[in-house]
Amino acid sequence: MSTRSAELLMTVGLLLLSLGLMWTVLADDLHIGWVEGRGPGAGVWPFWLSAGMALASLWTLVRWFRGATPESRNKSPYIDSQSFGLVLISFVALTVMLLLVHVVGTYIATALFLGFYMRFIGKHSWRTTASTCIGMVILIYFLFEWQLTKYLPKGTKMFEDGFLWIDNFRWQYLM
Amino acid sequence: MLDIATLLGAGLLQAFEPLNLMMIFIGCLAGLFIGAMPGLGSVNGVAILLPVTFLVPPTAAIIFLAALYYGAMYGGAVSSITLGIPGASTAVATVFDGRPMAQQGKADQALTAAAVASFIGGTISVVLFTLFAPPLAVFALKFGPQEEFALMVLAFATFIGLGGDDIPKTIFSILLGLVMAAVGFDIISGQPRLIFFDFVELQRGIGFLVLAIGIYGIGEMLWTLENSKGEVKIHAVRSTWKSFKKNLSHIREYLPTTALGSALGFFVGTLPAAGATPASLMSYGLAKTFAKDPDSFGKGNVSGVAAPEAANNAASTGSMLPMITLGIPGSPTTAILLGGMIIWGLRPGPLLFTDRPDFVWGLIGSMYVANFVTVALNLALIPLFVRVLAMPFTILTPIIFILCFVGVFATTDRMFDVWLMLLLGLGGYLMRKLNYPVAPAVLAIVLGPLAERSLRQSLISSRGDVMTFFERPISLTCMLLALALMIYPIWLGMRRRRAGSASGTE
Repeated sequence: MSTRSAELLMTVGLLLLSLGLMWTVLADDLHIGWVEGRGPGAGVWPFWLSAGMALASLWTLVRWFRGATPESRNKSPYIDSQSFGLVLISFVALTVMLLLVHVVGTYIATALFLGFYMRFIGKHSWRTTASTCIGMVILIYFLFEWQLTKYLPKGTKMFEDGFLWIDNFRWQYLM
Repeated sequence: MLDIATLLGAGLLQAFEPLNLMMIFIGCLAGLFIGAMPGLGSVNGVAILLPVTFLVPPTAAIIFLAALYYGAMYGGAVSSITLGIPGASTAVATVFDGRPMAQQGKADQALTAAAVASFIGGTISVVLFTLFAPPLAVFALKFGPQEEFALMVLAFATFIGLGGDDIPKTIFSILLGLVMAAVGFDIISGQPRLIFFDFVELQRGIGFLVLAIGIYGIGEMLWTLENSKGEVKIHAVRSTWKSFKKNLSHIREYLPTTALGSALGFFVGTLPAAGATPASLMSYGLAKTFAKDPDSFGKGNVSGVAAPEAANNAASTGSMLPMITLGIPGSPTTAILLGGMIIWGLRPGPLLFTDRPDFVWGLIGSMYVANFVTVALNLALIPLFVRVLAMPFTILTPIIFILCFVGVFATTDRMFDVWLMLLLGLGGYLMRKLNYPVAPAVLAIVLGPLAERSLRQSLISSRGDVMTFFERPISLTCMLLALALMIYPIWLGMRRRRAGSASGTE
């Protein structure tokens, strides 16, 4: 996709988003004007600012048709073709990691993600990869779970139960 | 005056408390590394590490983040000089002369000059900060909701007038941030607003950190992955004690321009849209104009390294001034700090000086100390930094992604917000590629709730009369300035078009 088409698509998308926001405010029956005795209604702020967003998008749309923005004259690809693969694979890997968090929990998911990225994209040795993964997992556990007492996601019941063993160990022997 | 001295003394003492001193050290060190990493700047560091600061009390936390902010400004110069690519946008101007100096084998001289100039810039600006902040806070005590609102309008107007980005896109970015801040329960009527697809999770609103980490963590890394492509050449730095002493003796050459650049940087830094990047470019221009040998700039003049570095450090202190005294952040980084203060349960604004003097003066005291710490660390660790810069992105990128995920989860305890962060990060990246500025949106989501409240309070007290903003002198001044800033670029565009058609070049 060229930068030119991307700008058109983005502007139309943002225009629709703005209109959607305005519609949501109206659909929720929020007052978009002055409420006697109460002051400005709850919908004033989101409604009129969204209207401003819609106007700004229309303005950009007009500028696109007139070729006033540099992007609307730019025919080169929207995302650099040389690095598109890298951006895409990074984003997909990140998404898969977050999906895995729901299943296997934070620690296994982050270790898998880091391991995949370092070993298969970075081509680092297994030793560097493994030590970084283990170090990262311990750091997260120590910093967030231990010091900040946050209960990070542990995934499904099975994995959560497995993790309790480590937590019990900490409470019993290290606290 | 005597008051300030006493309070400052107490603040300095507080900065020397073991925990705070440790925070200064770790903050400066983290900042130096983050700033030196191409693609990461102070704003990324502060956004990604803010969740970790809940470990310590608020004063120590802000001291850590302020030290990180500082350190990142120093660190940016390291990659500008040794790699020839700015470590952060704030160090762009440092490349102009830093790169040629490195090519001539004078990298160590350039790095020393950058460190010393940063120190001078930081010190001059923190002195200015100490002098300006208390009177400004006293002045701001008189502000009512009208003035608060007018001041915020002015802050956003600076993005339109001085930001230099596409105007409709800037306006869109500001408004989007303000609307996102309205998601959730309305504070006055208690009605739920903008709950898309009936997601219950949205009732708690969109946290500013979700947007900030999305944009400055995920979005920034995607952007860096696309643009860096990995090929960089590091220039060797040799530094010995003897050459170090010789390098220090060059200070006299760039001292005047550095001092000038520092003062300039401080004042430019206080403007929300301007900040460290334009300040350093302006300072560079100024140094060149006043130099006896302007032709040597761009070919390795040491003043060309010192001037922008002094200015960007001064600007980082400058941007703290409106944040602490008025509750209006002077840069995206301070916007995140401001959001952090709200999470810590502090109300930014003039009352902070009377309510929490320990917090304010502890921060100011720490800025003095942080300057010394950073210059010392920087000079001592230059060889180490150069090694770190060689760290491959295939380790750095996944670690940052993981920190973004864990950081967001740790602040809100919900996977929903982590997914939202991913979505906003991707959106921010795609919009940034089309020249939509992202900083105004981050500033807007932080200021949104405050702006809406002050607008509604003003209108309720004036019974819906909008003229209330134009009847009080301070708010009138702000509104007129804001109006001028918004009209200025349009007028400039029209004049350019007219001049173009008159000379027949269109």
